[in-house]
Amino acid sequence: MIDLLGYGGFFLSTALIFGLIALGLNLQWGLTGLFNVGIAGFVAIGAYSSAILTTPETVDRVGGFGWPIVAGWLAAAAITATAAAFTGYATLRLKSDYLAITTFGVAVVVQLVALNAQSLTGGPFGVAFIPRPFASVQDQSVLFNLSNLGVIAAVTLAVYLALERLSRSPWGRVLRALREDERAAIALGKSAQSYRVQAFAVGGAVMGLAGAVQAHFIGFIAPDNYLPTLTFQVWAMLMVGGSGSNRGALLGAIVVWAIWVGSGSVTAALVPADLQARAASLQIVAIGVMLCLILLWRPQGFFGSGRSPK
Amino acid sequence: MSLQFLLDGLIAGSMIGLGAIGVTLTYSILRFSNFAHGDFMAWGAYAALAVVGALGGSTPIAPLSFGWPLLAAMVVAMGLTALLALVLDALLFGRLRARGQSIIVVMASFGASMALRSLLEFMFTSSPTYFSRAIQMATPIGFGVRITADQVALLILTLALVTGMHLFMQRSQRGREMRAYSQNPALARVVGIDVAKVIRATWIIGAALACAAGVMVGVLVQIRPLMGLDLLLPIFAAAILGGIGSVPGAVLGGLIIGLSEAAAVQFVGAEWRAAVAFVILMAVLLVRPMGLYGVAER
Repeated sequence: MIDLLGYGGFFLSTALIFGLIALGLNLQWGLTGLFNVGIAGFVAIGAYSSAILTTPETVDRVGGFGWPIVAGWLAAAAITATAAAFTGYATLRLKSDYLAITTFGVAVVVQLVALNAQSLTGGPFGVAFIPRPFASVQDQSVLFNLSNLGVIAAVTLAVYLALERLSRSPWGRVLRALREDERAAIALGKSAQSYRVQAFAVGGAVMGLAGAVQAHFIGFIAPDNYLPTLTFQVWAMLMVGGSGSNRGALLGAIVVWAIWVGSGSVTAALVPADLQARAASLQIVAIGVMLCLILLWRPQGFFGSGRSPK
Repeated sequence: MSLQFLLDGLIAGSMIGLGAIGVTLTYSILRFSNFAHGDFMAWGAYAALAVVGALGGSTPIAPLSFGWPLLAAMVVAMGLTALLALVLDALLFGRLRARGQSIIVVMASFGASMALRSLLEFMFTSSPTYFSRAIQMATPIGFGVRITADQVALLILTLALVTGMHLFMQRSQRGREMRAYSQNPALARVVGIDVAKVIRATWIIGAALACAAGVMVGVLVQIRPLMGLDLLLPIFAAAILGGIGSVPGAVLGGLIIGLSEAAAVQFVGAEWRAAVAFVILMAVLLVRPMGLYGVAER
């Protein structure tokens, strides 16, 4: 029972971190219609930024800044926002496909830097000893997991409320107007490119923050955490939840993560060990097919009642 | 200093160029960037591998590592890959395109790409395979450059395919229709161009050339489910660098990317190879987004 509680806390924490990423994506895609296929890259930028700024000094890596965790989180959000703003600035005056291609490239390059710039990122071994909130109760796993869940839930709630407020603000209305009828919005004197860059940067900041929160929750990061599968999972979450709705993004994250973990443990229990890798790829096939079916039959998602973005 | 990297870049670049032709045509005619294009390469290579296996072994043609079965298999696989593209279009892309939301089609191609790639991993595992494990002797041709018979054969094949494509686009009726449709879809419809046939031709050409490129990567390097994903960024960068819609531009873009990658391997370090395409892509987008042969967007 106690174990179950601890595991429940761990599961929900992970799901909420995915939910945070999905919230960032919802601002970019659901509200503004910007297609980001480099989510893993932006999450990684946030995770590595915070990890490098907060970890104690190590021999063969830049670091030893020893910042407090919260400062690391804020810096992660700021750095990721800058990276996203630059990506947006370079591509958003062009066709929307160019943003997609460039974000794909961002993810490739971030992965490359994480693997190869050993003196910055620790290379394939990653960054360890990232300070964890409530590290003093690390031995009591239930207490530790639940108090971390509290922190993560608080961060998620704060971001959720901020985004809800933002999307109802005049700023959010301009984004929706640009999405629905770009010419009309431009005719009203709103600069399409500048608003889109802002939305992309704010969405990026949320993704970076999510990456940082996860890095500090687990205490260790490595390049393998940020493969294209992550991008893909978050897209599935937002599409299941219904793009355009922040609540849908959170619900979608919890549902898809439950399906993912559930089907993973079913295959682990039923499939012989030598076939596990194959079963895992079948899991991704299933999610890919599901994403396509949702696009075909229910583009508004299962929880969102809002309209699908154009 | 050895000039070998120039030859390596030329060969890698011609494979990127073959892939980029498909991307540039899909983009200019179907109006979306197909993230599943790299996976057509991988599926083509595995299809050829399966057909070669079914045909059974035979002795390779004298200096080459492969014989007629591989060439026959490549033709069959090109047909199969084209079929795969047509089926995907009928089931997925075509339906979404009919709704007129091009970015949704891009997203669907992203989902399809993930599913296609993982399906390959499921069927063939993620470990690499080869058409042939024979070691080829490289012949020196001066300036410290060595070339294998396979490389010569595949360069000739690429040249033939690209020339054929160029003639098709410039001289044949269907090619003219494709160019007309990419420049002005509404006007093309008015003058009675059969849009369904143009779309079909685009998929067949793009998928067949992707398959050819995949088989070549398989012959010269190795076959892996992820081979298409790894080539996707260079291919997109080549298509944009050459100018969307331009077949010669795509090939030239491919060669430039291939040569720059080889130069980066030579002078910077092999681990940074994959970043080259991104750097070139960003430079093109910031300086000349229409690319080398592109026309300004209207």
